[in-house]
Amino acid sequence: MSFQISIGGFIAVYIFMVTAFAGWVIIGRVPAILHTPLMSGSNFVHGIVVVGGIFTLLNASTPLEQAIGFVAVLLGAGNVAGGFAVTQRMLAMFQTSGHPTKHPKHAKRAAPAAVKSISPKKA
Amino acid sequence: MLITISQLIIGSVDLIAAFLLMFGLWRMASPVTAPSGILVAGVGMLAAVVASFLYVFTVDAAAKPHLPLNIGLAAAALIIGAGVAWWSGRKVAITAMPQAVALFNGMGGGAAGAIAAVELFGSQTHGVGPLVVTLLGALIGSISLSGSVIAWAKLDALLKKPLHVPGLQIFNGVVLLACLMVGAYIVFAAVGGAAPVLTMPHLIEIFFGIALLYGILMTLPIGGADMPVVISVYNAFTGLAVGLEGFVLQNPALMIAGMLVGAAGLLLTLLMAKAMNRSVAKILFASFGPGKKRKQGAIKGSLKPVQASDAGIFMRYAKSVIIVPGYGLAVSQGQGKLYDFVKLLQAAGVSVKFAIHPVAGRMPGQMDVLLAEAGVPYDLIMQLADVNEEFKDADVALVIGANDVVNPEARTDKTSPIYGMPILNADQAKKCYVVKRGDGKGYAGIVNPLFYADNTFMVYGDAAAVCVAMTEAVRGLGAPAAAA
Repeated sequence: MSFQISIGGFIAVYIFMVTAFAGWVIIGRVPAILHTPLMSGSNFVHGIVVVGGIFTLLNASTPLEQAIGFVAVLLGAGNVAGGFAVTQRMLAMFQTSGHPTKHPKHAKRAAPAAVKSISPKKA
Repeated sequence: MLITISQLIIGSVDLIAAFLLMFGLWRMASPVTAPSGILVAGVGMLAAVVASFLYVFTVDAAAKPHLPLNIGLAAAALIIGAGVAWWSGRKVAITAMPQAVALFNGMGGGAAGAIAAVELFGSQTHGVGPLVVTLLGALIGSISLSGSVIAWAKLDALLKKPLHVPGLQIFNGVVLLACLMVGAYIVFAAVGGAAPVLTMPHLIEIFFGIALLYGILMTLPIGGADMPVVISVYNAFTGLAVGLEGFVLQNPALMIAGMLVGAAGLLLTLLMAKAMNRSVAKILFASFGPGKKRKQGAIKGSLKPVQASDAGIFMRYAKSVIIVPGYGLAVSQGQGKLYDFVKLLQAAGVSVKFAIHPVAGRMPGQMDVLLAEAGVPYDLIMQLADVNEEFKDADVALVIGANDVVNPEARTDKTSPIYGMPILNADQAKKCYVVKRGDGKGYAGIVNPLFYADNTFMVYGDAAAVCVAMTEAVRGLGAPAAAA
């Protein structure tokens, strides 16, 4: 029994069609208030390209392929880690007025960030 | 046997990962479930990355001798890339979020392009179909990489002015056409076996060179205020490139995740273009022409400046206030100070809401994130469609650092460049305070009749400073009461 995956041209088009439709439906539900985290979250999702990068690098057999494969994994890993860090940080800031507004966990994180962000070059 | 087991495990883990990534995005439908959504997606991603190292058991004979080195390289690249990005993603200021997203997005496009490059240089794709898909993925990924870097530089104010060169759009079209022709020639030479004028590696290098150049040229003429659309487009591009390379690598998880983002990016792009009242094609291929001068009708009324303290005290005795924050608030870093003022008003029994226009900020929804950072609960933050009817019952509309999104000309004046754009009805409130640094025009370069309306008063000054002044004025009122 083999578990080798083989996707022909037509199957690929079917996969793309169904996924595009699912993506349209999933994203259409997201309220405008979350559009920035959504953008950064979907940015994180396409970071799965790092898996392809690892596959390519492991199969590299010339120095050129190894070099480009290294770059692929490096960039892909950056996409994944950065996308996750940024999205998670933003989503942690959303809170309702039902909670006490000075939630200790949030207050600790939000306050220094606000102070820090005043100082850099933007000011 | 080992190969079969590896393939079984990788296939299963990737299947679960693809589901978790979709489910994670599904949970983004509400601010309550969204934080767990990104964690769910993160678990799926981590599992897929760990499982991908099982590919070591499936490599073909040619790569076997290099395997130890390749494993080391992969581990090193993972640790360095993820480490640096994690660190910078953790410390980047929330106001700089659009730049960060642009940069991380470019990395994904670059990775997809690099995978395609390995496939092409190694002549690992056979047949016209896979080769065309590889080249298409390479083209889109490369455009996304170089375009995102330019978008990042523009947002970070490294590149200040959009490039306006007559005929640039035509030149760009020629560049894109040249790239497609080189790609077609590569396919022809590889499949047809015709002797190429240049050797294959050279052709591939030229192909990538032109593709990267096109990404730069395409982004340079676009103005900073249109960057939200551009980032969204490149997000969709990267997703598409990842999906296409997923097909080339025969990895359905990549295909699904990539296409999911492609569709998401497309939908967000269309939503934003609609909110800006411009077509996506116009934003990408025709910059806001400075040449088109339009005679604006004479505006009745005058600008009536008031002190920040007077405005603050008036709002203290109002029943309901709706605040319209714009990018000017973010620039002056006044979100926290504004919320301090709001808390004072709320303590005095004033009902306060925030009204957010879809294109406020440099990214869709950026204003929502900035307010959330300042601690504003999200149930006070209202979107255009939900809040617009409430303006006519509000005592005060407080416009801070926003301009075009409250310009009533968009409703009435057919010749206005922003005619038809949905706006916030700040002009319908009983009284309107506008906090602005000066009499400057908005991004669209037109005068805002709202500022001249009878019930509008101008508070001049930096948004943050005005918020502090208003807070102090209201506190000054409260002090004797507290002492008594």
